[in-house]
Amino acid sequence: MKYEVIVVGGGHAGCEAAHITAFMGHSTLLITMNIRNIADMPCNPSIGGTAKGVIVRDIDALGGLMGRVADASHFQIKMLNSKKGPAVRSLRCQADKATYPKNMLKELEKTKNLEIKEAIVEDIVVENNKTKGVILENGEIIFCTTLILTTGTYLKSNILRGSSSIEGGPHGEARSNHLSDNLKRLGFTIQRLKTGTPPRIKASSIDFTKCTPEYGDNKYYTFSHDTKPIYKIEEQQKCYLVYTNESTHKIIMDNLEKSSMYGGYVTGIGPRYCPSIEDKLVRFKDKERHQLFLEPESLYYDEWYVQGFSTSMPEDVQELMVHSLKGLENAVITKYAYAIEYDSINPLEIKPSLETKIIENLFTAGQINGTSGYEEAAGQGLLAGINAAAKLENKNPLILKRNESYLGVLIDDLVTKGTQEPYRMLTSRAEYRLILRHDNADLRLREYGWKYKTITEEMYINYLNHKKEIKKLKEFLENTKLEITEKILEKFKQNDFSIPLNKTSFLELLKRPEITIEFLDSLKSINFSDQVKEIVSIEIKYEGYIKKMKKEIERMLKLEEKQIPKNIDYKKIKNLASEARQKLEAIRPISIGQASRISGVNPADISILAIYLKKEYANE
Amino acid sequence: MKDTIVAIATASGVGAISIIRISGPDALVLANTMFKGKDLTKVASHTIHYGYITDGFEDIDEVLVMVMLSPKTYTTEDTVEINCHGGIATTNKVLELLLKKGARLANPGEFTERAFLNGRIDLLEAEAVSDLIESKNEKQRKLALNGINGRITKIVQTIKEEILNLIANIEVNIDYPEYEDAIEVTPIYLKEHLETTKRELELLLENSEIGKIIKSGIDIALIGRPNVGKSSILNALLNEDKAIVTDISGTTRDCIEAKMNLKGIEINLIDTAGIRNTDDLVEQIGVDKSKQMINNADLVILVLNNNEELTKEDKELLEQITEKPHIIFINKEDLQTKIVLPKNIEVVKGNTIALEGLESLKQKIIELYNLDKIEEKELTYLSNIRQIRLVEDALENIKEAIIDAEKEIPVDMLEIHLRKSFDNLSILIGEKYEDELIDKLFENFCLGK
Repeated sequence: MKYEVIVVGGGHAGCEAAHITAFMGHSTLLITMNIRNIADMPCNPSIGGTAKGVIVRDIDALGGLMGRVADASHFQIKMLNSKKGPAVRSLRCQADKATYPKNMLKELEKTKNLEIKEAIVEDIVVENNKTKGVILENGEIIFCTTLILTTGTYLKSNILRGSSSIEGGPHGEARSNHLSDNLKRLGFTIQRLKTGTPPRIKASSIDFTKCTPEYGDNKYYTFSHDTKPIYKIEEQQKCYLVYTNESTHKIIMDNLEKSSMYGGYVTGIGPRYCPSIEDKLVRFKDKERHQLFLEPESLYYDEWYVQGFSTSMPEDVQELMVHSLKGLENAVITKYAYAIEYDSINPLEIKPSLETKIIENLFTAGQINGTSGYEEAAGQGLLAGINAAAKLENKNPLILKRNESYLGVLIDDLVTKGTQEPYRMLTSRAEYRLILRHDNADLRLREYGWKYKTITEEMYINYLNHKKEIKKLKEFLENTKLEITEKILEKFKQNDFSIPLNKTSFLELLKRPEITIEFLDSLKSINFSDQVKEIVSIEIKYEGYIKKMKKEIERMLKLEEKQIPKNIDYKKIKNLASEARQKLEAIRPISIGQASRISGVNPADISILAIYLKKEYANE
Repeated sequence: MKDTIVAIATASGVGAISIIRISGPDALVLANTMFKGKDLTKVASHTIHYGYITDGFEDIDEVLVMVMLSPKTYTTEDTVEINCHGGIATTNKVLELLLKKGARLANPGEFTERAFLNGRIDLLEAEAVSDLIESKNEKQRKLALNGINGRITKIVQTIKEEILNLIANIEVNIDYPEYEDAIEVTPIYLKEHLETTKRELELLLENSEIGKIIKSGIDIALIGRPNVGKSSILNALLNEDKAIVTDISGTTRDCIEAKMNLKGIEINLIDTAGIRNTDDLVEQIGVDKSKQMINNADLVILVLNNNEELTKEDKELLEQITEKPHIIFINKEDLQTKIVLPKNIEVVKGNTIALEGLESLKQKIIELYNLDKIEEKELTYLSNIRQIRLVEDALENIKEAIIDAEKEIPVDMLEIHLRKSFDNLSILIGEKYEDELIDKLFENFCLGK
């Protein structure tokens, strides 16, 4: 049996990868250890968040599943940073851990050309530095043309609590014992990473009256550009806020040496942005309390997640820690927190297309590339899938630029800078984030979706209509002039706005910082959807800023256009600093722009490289 | 950079000794083939050797040869310097000989370019070297050395740090909106902090203005109607008859430039053609040029005649200079006062024939530019237009951020200004790559160094 594509691993990356290659018309096999763990959420019960919410929309714009499935599977949704500027708004939902995987499986099952198989992959078949298939634990060989590895945290994973270290994956499941060794044998650099998860608590044992409730938004939202909200605002579930206190801190500090981290039982490097509670105490000694969020995991079982309380303490200390919290004095821990160590490859060994540099036709996505987070994984899975299919179709890979998508930033960072800790997307990593907004994901990416045939015609038409509406609203605002009447004058006075000249256009009015499109709507009704209103008002209000950013982007693109020939011999460039030469040789950037982002390659080296290219390739 | 380059490193035509510098892999071998003395390929680094340069038939010059081996040289390449004693003609002969043997004549600035590309100096240093070469007096030289010491780099890094801290704080607010761990940066908070940054950048620019005076001097244009005594003032100030001084109106048809030194600062005096409406074509050209001079000068000295009433032309000139830094000098004080000046006009009076009032004039210039107080070693100074533009742009962005903060534009938008400002400062100290900079930069270097 031979498939065009095999995807190994059924997590968030694997689901997107398998779905998209199959959708693009290629026979695809998804191999997972356990079909019940398809799209499992082993950590927080939420999808989206700052920057991540935009990734979900980007995935959706390109035809991925995460947005659609999240829309069908959550019980609370919020627009984060809604009080800040438009560039940093981001959706986050509390996804139901029972429903989300089910809905994802449904989507996969109805995808043509896609088969799912339960098995453990131990090795890959390689001939002449090209992959040909996979070898299963039982020795069976399955052949394919392109292979996508999305193995998550399952490569030689260890679960750590205090001094105990148990071989196994997130739910005490089997791990993959040999795949990472075999990758090493093929020439990959294997690195060890660490992440962690907090304890789970039985809901009925929490005294919620002592906790501060946190509500969902009073407005309807969807991640997907193509779905309508199916939830009811008033039926959204609450989360709760609690704080650590002096007694919690004393317990942790007294027992610090018992944690896996501080007891010296961990070799992997953990993420700075998602520290364990003991890390937070050690690093911020002066803080009297830390926030923790209690979040329901599912409507179908009685378990809550304690966000911010991840730890690698032994079980008895965890009991003390949890019980020191207000409202959790009698809490019953259903699952203890743990840290998990696992193998990943060094992302410097993959190309911007997510194909590995070492083995042709082999693609990797998700935690195996050193990232963290469901959304980061799904986004890579989607692009690895699109590019595996593009390879089959002899098309150029889809490489998103830093000004086109958070996924462009993510992959460029990974393959240019590598990562020493699990990489999480943050808005601060995106220098052009004013352009990478949640409201314009389809405008940024749907054309690519159409070009690579990753979206349906209906989705494409939907996008074209949206674009038309945006144009119409802009024209409407330009052509609508203010007719000052007593009533309108009163409205301006009520809001303490200065009175504009009669006949000022709505477009001009909207440019004023204090005037919102909602206010204009109250003067003369504006019959467009909220989405259209949002994007148009951002583009008008912040026109100056957007222009400024576009200038910066032009400068960046000029450097991106300066391609570095694939066969360049860095040894021939005499004056490069030796560190720069090593880095350039290892990473082999595709452009001067990418080269300039490599740490350790300083501007003088870039000048030398640029001058060398000018001299050597002047006639090409 | 495989070839070996050569150039005459000393200014042409002056001095008893001319130095020829050779840099590159073949520097030693090349010099050795034409050197009569020790075998230069076998001597220790950083040593000097006496001998003759010969073309194989006859000795061209008696020389001292300095051998400096890679990497401890200016370019980091093998370098040989030949001190010639025989004046321009023989120096040129030695140079020709080297070119014949396969060395290449260096492009302007190529030695420094190599030093930069070989990682010997950073960008600011490269620019400072350019200044050092061009420095004409002690003050200029000190300034150039300050640049090399990286004083600016330090100051700029401190400012960058302040901006970065604000950016980082804003980022935490955005990425962790629900966490109370960090101070919430509000537009007002941002504005307060940016005022300091703004002042620091302004100071850097102000100092650069003084730096510019030290480096380029002050251009002073002498203007006034014909025959009011402009050329006499010039001569009196210079103590020499550089300008032709006659009592026929319109003698000075072209502009005459002369340099003097005031408190160590170079003063470029420009004596313009007498300004009056004229039909004489040659003189007309001179008059147009005078008006242009007013625009280009840093300071204008308007000379008026005490013995005559203000003419229409005088009034026009008084009008023209109001927007410019200027001094009004009333000449011919010894004659009867017929001139009636508008009220509240400050003037210096004198008589150029008796050399009176000239000290007051000098004193006035010193006061205007605080020349007494220029303490060059405390100066942090940006050495060229490119650097000044970058700081100006960085300042402009900070100002925009402050203005927008007052309008309460969200902080994540204000941060765009901060990032731009930060990037400019990074480019300034060579921490960020800027396209096409290198080519432009090395065009400024003179041949030789």
